[in-house]
Amino acid sequence: MERHSYDVVIIGAGGAGMRAAIEAREAGLSVALVSKSMFGKAHTVMAEGGIAAAMANMNSNDGWQVHFRDTMRGSKFHNNWRMAQLHAQESPMRVWELETYGALFDRTKEGKISQRNFGGHEYPRLAHVGDRTGLELIRTLQQRIVGLQQKDKKEFGEYEAKLRVFQECTITELMKDDSGVIAGAFGYWRETGDPIVFDAAAVVLATGGLGKSFKVTSNSWEGTGDGVGLALRAGGTLIDMEFVQFHPTGMVWPLSVKGILVTESVRGEGGVLTNSEGRRFMFDYIPDVFRDKYADTEAEADGWYTDPDNNRRPPELLPRDEVARAINSEVKAGRGSPHGGVFLDVSKRLDAETIKRRLPAMYHQFKELADVDITKEPMEVGPTCHYVMGGIEVEPETTATVGVPGLFAAGEVAAGMHGANRLGGNSLSDLLVFGKRAGAGAAAYINSLSTRPKLSDAAVKIAEQKTFAPLANGGNENPYTIHQELQQVMNDLVGIIRIGTELQDALTKLAELKVRMGKVGVAGGKEYNPGWHLVLDLENMHLVSTSIAKSAITREESRGGHTRDDFQEMDPKWRNKNVACFMADGDVQVKLKDLPMLPADLAALFEQSELKKYLSEEEYAQLPKEVA
Amino acid sequence: MGYRAKFRVWRGNANTGALTSYEVDVNEGEVVLDVIHRIQATEAPDLAVRWNCKAGKCGSCSAEVNGIPKLMCMTRMNTFNPEDVVTVSPMRAFPVIRDLVTDVSYNYKKAQEVPVFEGPKDLAPGEYRMQQEDVARSQEFRKCIECFLCQNTCHVIRDHEENKKVFSGPRFLMRIAELDMHPLDTTDRKHMAQDDHGLGYCNITKCCTEVCPEHIKITDNALIPMKERVVDVKYDPVRWLGSTIKRRTS
Ligand SMILES: Cc1cc2nc3c(=O)[nH]c(=O)nc-3n(C[C@H](O)[C@H](O)[C@H](O)COP(=O)(O)OP(=O)(O)OC[C@H]3O[C@@H](n4cnc5c(N)ncnc54)[C@H](O)[C@@H]3O)c2cc1C
Ligand code: SF4
Ligand code: SF4
Ligand code: FES
Repeated sequence: MERHSYDVVIIGAGGAGMRAAIEAREAGLSVALVSKSMFGKAHTVMAEGGIAAAMANMNSNDGWQVHFRDTMRGSKFHNNWRMAQLHAQESPMRVWELETYGALFDRTKEGKISQRNFGGHEYPRLAHVGDRTGLELIRTLQQRIVGLQQKDKKEFGEYEAKLRVFQECTITELMKDDSGVIAGAFGYWRETGDPIVFDAAAVVLATGGLGKSFKVTSNSWEGTGDGVGLALRAGGTLIDMEFVQFHPTGMVWPLSVKGILVTESVRGEGGVLTNSEGRRFMFDYIPDVFRDKYADTEAEADGWYTDPDNNRRPPELLPRDEVARAINSEVKAGRGSPHGGVFLDVSKRLDAETIKRRLPAMYHQFKELADVDITKEPMEVGPTCHYVMGGIEVEPETTATVGVPGLFAAGEVAAGMHGANRLGGNSLSDLLVFGKRAGAGAAAYINSLSTRPKLSDAAVKIAEQKTFAPLANGGNENPYTIHQELQQVMNDLVGIIRIGTELQDALTKLAELKVRMGKVGVAGGKEYNPGWHLVLDLENMHLVSTSIAKSAITREESRGGHTRDDFQEMDPKWRNKNVACFMADGDVQVKLKDLPMLPADLAALFEQSELKKYLSEEEYAQLPKEVA
Repeated sequence: MGYRAKFRVWRGNANTGALTSYEVDVNEGEVVLDVIHRIQATEAPDLAVRWNCKAGKCGSCSAEVNGIPKLMCMTRMNTFNPEDVVTVSPMRAFPVIRDLVTDVSYNYKKAQEVPVFEGPKDLAPGEYRMQQEDVARSQEFRKCIECFLCQNTCHVIRDHEENKKVFSGPRFLMRIAELDMHPLDTTDRKHMAQDDHGLGYCNITKCCTEVCPEHIKITDNALIPMKERVVDVKYDPVRWLGSTIKRRTS
């Protein structure tokens, strides 16, 4: 069996995995970077709008404190404050670093990195390249990795001496030594179906999101939540799984592209949302907590684009959960567009040339996939499952997973940074900040080990049997059908608006699907066989779905990306409670955990009236006098 | 609205293979990749195909549709007549692994051989200053999604396996141009394209440009300027100006 030994194996070559690989290699480690798809194709490549970092290039009032404050507000004060702080403080340097790797962002007149407006960000903050920022990020990191390989070639004679990319290689199990620390990973080559074993002292999970559990999603086939499944099975803990972000604007027509993202930059650049009656309905949905920050007339909203100091921002730029729910309500009330969305129009504010320059990918996407010319007519858009705030529980400084020594997690697969709702642009910066920290965390961990963990043959054997079993079991259930049914269950019963009874139904249906999953059959051999791959992914999607449904039942309130029709209010008692998932007795179990309390110096960044809206009375009373 | 389309899809591996016929439902607004996925979900669960974004952003789903190099996710079914037979085959310039999946490792090797960006040593992160008009040229080339359709099309390698050793193809010649035009790159790349990557083999047929899904003007904006530069650097006033004002700090 093919077997390799590395200091660290990084699973996932999106922004987080690549940044971790760079850091780990620069710290002197030997690194394997493994990805399901080809190098440079990870989901990150699809990101459009930009990277949030308080560089203050457009408005000198910006700074990490302001970014921190916006992130806390966006998350409904439910995130890990330390992660939000590190993220706000370090993201500017992470972006500037990209320039030294060769990135070419759009520029300001002074030649600095240009920054654009985005929902929930007080100042223009997103570094971008038109609407293809993810591509720039991926390519830049990819080329940095090539640069490190070129260095290694000079020193060791081979490009891949110390940092090797294993592409189209899927990891199916993590393996631990007898004392319970991570010792390696097991996987298969997609092309040949042959097994591959990695001996490693540390593993970084950077496997990205899990949107493929839902029917309408902006995620690619890779978003099957593998990292969540791997961590759960290895003894890790998940938190915040109920918080799933439905992006307000996905394409709704044609059906075959339903769910594909329409970047928030369309609204950032002045796009307006209207219903079938032509009304700018977002004015009707400004929640109380945000009333003082958003315009209540069209005149003021329009004025903001040219004079942001004297006008409040348009309600189209409210955090995503608010906009998604508003669109959902409009459609339900019968005021939707012909294909069940609402209208998003940028053609009235910007001229055709400006639209093509600032939103080239969107222009292209609508023209080629929907025959719609966005410089002349409105788009039809509706909510799409986009991002998961929840994921693996980690230590903020090192990204070490809670409960599994030697296992680290960064990027979308990790949780804590975004709490109940993520702001646009905060993911790409999260990948860079915590990707780097994961690489450094793994290096520090390995240096602290007195002996290297040893992988037992027995552990390898178990992983091998499990991975190859589906090829031989000869069942008659079709994995594609089961996948579609799973997605339908999640869409219908665990979607944007949730109800306790429906969530229970979802769990019943998921249990039935589990039984049928035991009877799937796979046609064909192990060479590049997507049917077999799907069977393996299904186990992870099922764990993901079960975790989301169980967490959603547990949280009896509405907050950010979790809306309960039977508990419509945000309840301060729930603010500092994480719903945590773990494996026991062969199934996902939940328990409650307390979030760490915001320290006084950071609490002082907020008005007391604002803190009062989120904190429970007891918490508020505990704040030091000078804050409260 | 919907109809049954006739498809022929190349099935096979490195040793043997043939076109296999399928009849599949097609709905309004669908693209070739949707139909391939439907074949996979209903008739041929082991049909191998690469894709990721389904929106023309990742460059994974390259293939030849009726012999024309294309992204399957951006090829609308309404560009064919319902009675047409649609033939989908793997990219021809690269060895087949299985069905529509080819071995594109040639491209990753060539990528490894282009020396990466080297910024000025005296500028710290955060101190880079560049004007939009100076970065715009390289930005055009950085739109590349690495679908490798241009590589697949260029006759220098499409029909001449032996040239792969000495010729990096339009994608990576363009990468050299991109770095050469980067306002802050400090590496001397004047002769790199010609001497190390086979620019001389290109006879500017523009076939690469024609198939680029990102509509990058590969030949006009990257390859021809580089050729001119190789022929005579001194006699090109625009280029000369370009290289002397490379570093603009404000
Ligand atoms: C259309 C779209 C637009 C977006 N725009 C923005 C934006 O403008 N700004 C912003 O901040 N965020 C944006 N986001 C969110 C952001 O892009 C993602 O959250 C982020 O890219 C995730 O990065 P990642 O590194 O965690 O994982 P990914 O980029 O998803 O990469 C995951 C990697 O893990 C690998 N992998 C997964 N499972 C396995 C396995 N079992 N074995 C081996 N490898 C595996 C995959 O192959 C892949 O390489 C957008 C998202 C979408 C979908
Ligand atoms: S222009 Fe040059 S690189 Fe492009 S296809 Fe023709 S010969 Fe090949
Ligand atoms: S230059 Fe165009 S055709 Fe060539 S790889 Fe890049 S995107 Fe594809
Ligand atoms: S699937 Fe990404 S370009 Fe076609």
